[in-house]
Amino acid sequence: MKKLLTAFVGSLALITAPLAVSAEATKELKMAYDADPVTLDIHEQLSGGTLQLSHMAFDPLLRWTKDLDFEPRLAKSWERIDDNTMRFTLRKGVKFHTGNELTSKDVKFTFDRLKKSQDFKAIFKPISELKVIDDYTFDLITSEPYPLLLNTATYIFPLDSKFYSGKTEDGKDKSAITKHGNSFASQHLSGTGPYTVVERQQGVRMVFKRFKDYWDTDSPGNVDKIVLTPIKENNTRVSALLSGGVDFIAPVPPTDLDRIKRDPDTNLVTMSGTRIILLTMNEERVEAFKNPKVRQAIAYAVNQEGIAAKIMKGFATPAAQLSPKGYQGHNDSLKPRYDVAKAKELMKEAGYEDGFTITMMAPNNRYVNDDKIAQAVAAMLARINIKVDLKTLPKAQYWPEYDDRAADIMMIGWHADTEDSANFYEFLTMCPNKETGAGQYNAGNYCNPEIDAMVEKANVETDLDKRAALLQEVEKRLYDDAAFIPLHWQDLAWAAKKDVHIEPVLNVMNFPYLGDLVVE
Amino acid sequence: MLAFLVQRISQALLVMFVISVIAFAIQDGLGDPLQQMVGMSVSQQERDAIREDLGLNDPLPVQYLRFAGNAIQGDLGDSYFYSKPTLDVILEHLPATLELVIGASLIIIVFSVPIGVYSAIRPQAWLSKFFMGVSTVGISIPVFLTAIVLIQLFSIGVTVDWFPSDTGWGQWLNGALSTDGGLPSYGRGEELTHLFGTWESGFFSSGGLMHLILPAVSLASIMLPLFIRLIRAEMMEVLQSDYIRYARAKGLSAGRINFLHALKNTMLPVITVGGVQIGIMVAYTILTETVFQWPGVGLMFLEAITRSDIPLIVAYLMVVGLIFVITNTVVDLVYGLVNPTVKLTGKKA
Repeated sequence: MKKLLTAFVGSLALITAPLAVSAEATKELKMAYDADPVTLDIHEQLSGGTLQLSHMAFDPLLRWTKDLDFEPRLAKSWERIDDNTMRFTLRKGVKFHTGNELTSKDVKFTFDRLKKSQDFKAIFKPISELKVIDDYTFDLITSEPYPLLLNTATYIFPLDSKFYSGKTEDGKDKSAITKHGNSFASQHLSGTGPYTVVERQQGVRMVFKRFKDYWDTDSPGNVDKIVLTPIKENNTRVSALLSGGVDFIAPVPPTDLDRIKRDPDTNLVTMSGTRIILLTMNEERVEAFKNPKVRQAIAYAVNQEGIAAKIMKGFATPAAQLSPKGYQGHNDSLKPRYDVAKAKELMKEAGYEDGFTITMMAPNNRYVNDDKIAQAVAAMLARINIKVDLKTLPKAQYWPEYDDRAADIMMIGWHADTEDSANFYEFLTMCPNKETGAGQYNAGNYCNPEIDAMVEKANVETDLDKRAALLQEVEKRLYDDAAFIPLHWQDLAWAAKKDVHIEPVLNVMNFPYLGDLVVE
Repeated sequence: MLAFLVQRISQALLVMFVISVIAFAIQDGLGDPLQQMVGMSVSQQERDAIREDLGLNDPLPVQYLRFAGNAIQGDLGDSYFYSKPTLDVILEHLPATLELVIGASLIIIVFSVPIGVYSAIRPQAWLSKFFMGVSTVGISIPVFLTAIVLIQLFSIGVTVDWFPSDTGWGQWLNGALSTDGGLPSYGRGEELTHLFGTWESGFFSSGGLMHLILPAVSLASIMLPLFIRLIRAEMMEVLQSDYIRYARAKGLSAGRINFLHALKNTMLPVITVGGVQIGIMVAYTILTETVFQWPGVGLMFLEAITRSDIPLIVAYLMVVGLIFVITNTVVDLVYGLVNPTVKLTGKKA
């Protein structure tokens, strides 16, 4: 009898099993990043980690594709009604993790909260208002024509307004954004995304589970559970992948690229990144830097291709401008101009044949090989008789020095939050202005009001072709004037086990769309 | 005894006071905590507001008095990164470190005593010379190199094909030198047993123990050679002493002489050194935990430094200072037990 029963149960299981499996995600993914999200509140800090979390537990209105186009997500469609208004239509039947249904009210709640966030308010400044038309329609209204409205909308990941409203037991506002201290939102989360957070031990591990009622039933993703372990040490992260402890790691350190390529069980994916590494020349501290000839001489003396090949081991794209390929401002005609003879000649013309001595500072744990790059540049400048007194510091100590503009040449890397060229100019080359916040990281104090006016003009130009022409002209003027020394765009690298198909879900913004990840 | 403890407690308080002052004084050199808390594009005004809010604009003495006032009530401030009390954060991470230190200590005790004693009794045996040679090499290899080699050998695995595989001996040598790997190379794994409070233990599951092997061996690799050599040297000296010769003349068995009479006196200096070394081991855990992503206080401290999480740094240093004082006190007490002729301060002779 017992045997019969087991046989019966067994056959029953056989019948039902395939049905259950085919409809559901079943795979488990173990992954290691160099850090885990600092907080569950996606409006608390604007960082790569926050955006990676946003794309796992939330969904944006629209998102970037691999080719930097827009792809509708929670917004089904959008149209420009007039110069200052864009109308969005929301997808219907989208559920939050709590079961609440997404409506325009949630988007409005999210938008208002973003406007209050210290980190995000700058991005949302050009958008003055979100107007709810009905439950599934709303307008984004700008004070003047704004060409980057859609870029900005990729930052709107609707929050569950019911979940984040009200008071906690000890009387704190649930929607509060707190930089330090325990806010409700930093510990709890409800979005529309493919994964819910089921366990979180900060700095140790984080466990995600696929959301049962995820709206995107067309998504090929079949991962049911993700275990994220932060592994800061490069070597340990690579070892964890090679030993089979994890299935997917990022970033991959350049020194280990070959080791991973050689391993038959792993896949390596690299992409030219969008983060520019550059050097500033402080015109306020050094009289000679006011002379464009001296700046040009330095631009001719620095060998970007050599640095990319020798120090970065080919893991970087040599740069002669700020905008990477694919950005509107990218000007194809600008090439690295390494030529020591020309550099010496320019120094002579400027009257600095005998050179001078300057100070230089760079971080030593912020960007890939940052300290080695700085040393190489110092050696290159020695060839045109500029003696460099170099100091490299850990990033924690470096940034206060940067804010004080403590050296004549300083290194900085920049990624445009808007994925647009104008962002580079606004922070790095515009005349520094405390009031407007322009040129906040312009440690060179380079100032050319004409170029700034062109950037301002581009910022209200909604004809994209005209805008691209303007931005490319800006890039050319900055190049001719040698306003700064661009070095390279740091490459990105990810690695995974062969049966984890990471390639289709990766992008240059470095937020993998893990909801769509397929594991064999 | 009571006087001794009172004295030690007052010493501990003094140590912690000095550490807190020093940690506070150097915090300007540790960087700007704000940099880690806000995105690059946040404006200066916003930054100033947060700084004011955190009380970072006050002069250092004012900040210190505020800190000290809270510290007396047992509140060492909140960590910027974890957004909770620093002591809670340390208590969450401490069990992992303690288990690592316990694991390494067990390895050291189990191996150093027999090897040390053996090489003292038979200094000329080839095995003794082998142990001495290996321990010289071991003492001079930095811990992270040991760790990386261990990971490569026992976690990733290596395939050796230096010898011709068409011959029997070649195949055998290749097989003998190749390793399979498979040991976990990071973290503590998922099979942790909850003991009490914040203590999640890896000692009670095979998965937990497997995760402990490589980190504990790496950590032990620095101290093990030292202890082998120390025990050997002490033992050799003791074996020369009169009472041992007398015991031999009396006809006691070699085992009884070596392991009861000689070993007991050998252990006295070993315990003293051991106490100090346990403190140093806490410092070495910083390296070991970083390489193995071991979620203990060492890794936590290193990350706190890169994030300029000043309250956490100060609290960690004070707790470590306390651990040093406690281990030294315990060592002194144990010393008194092993050697009754030693008098604790304050005890009547």
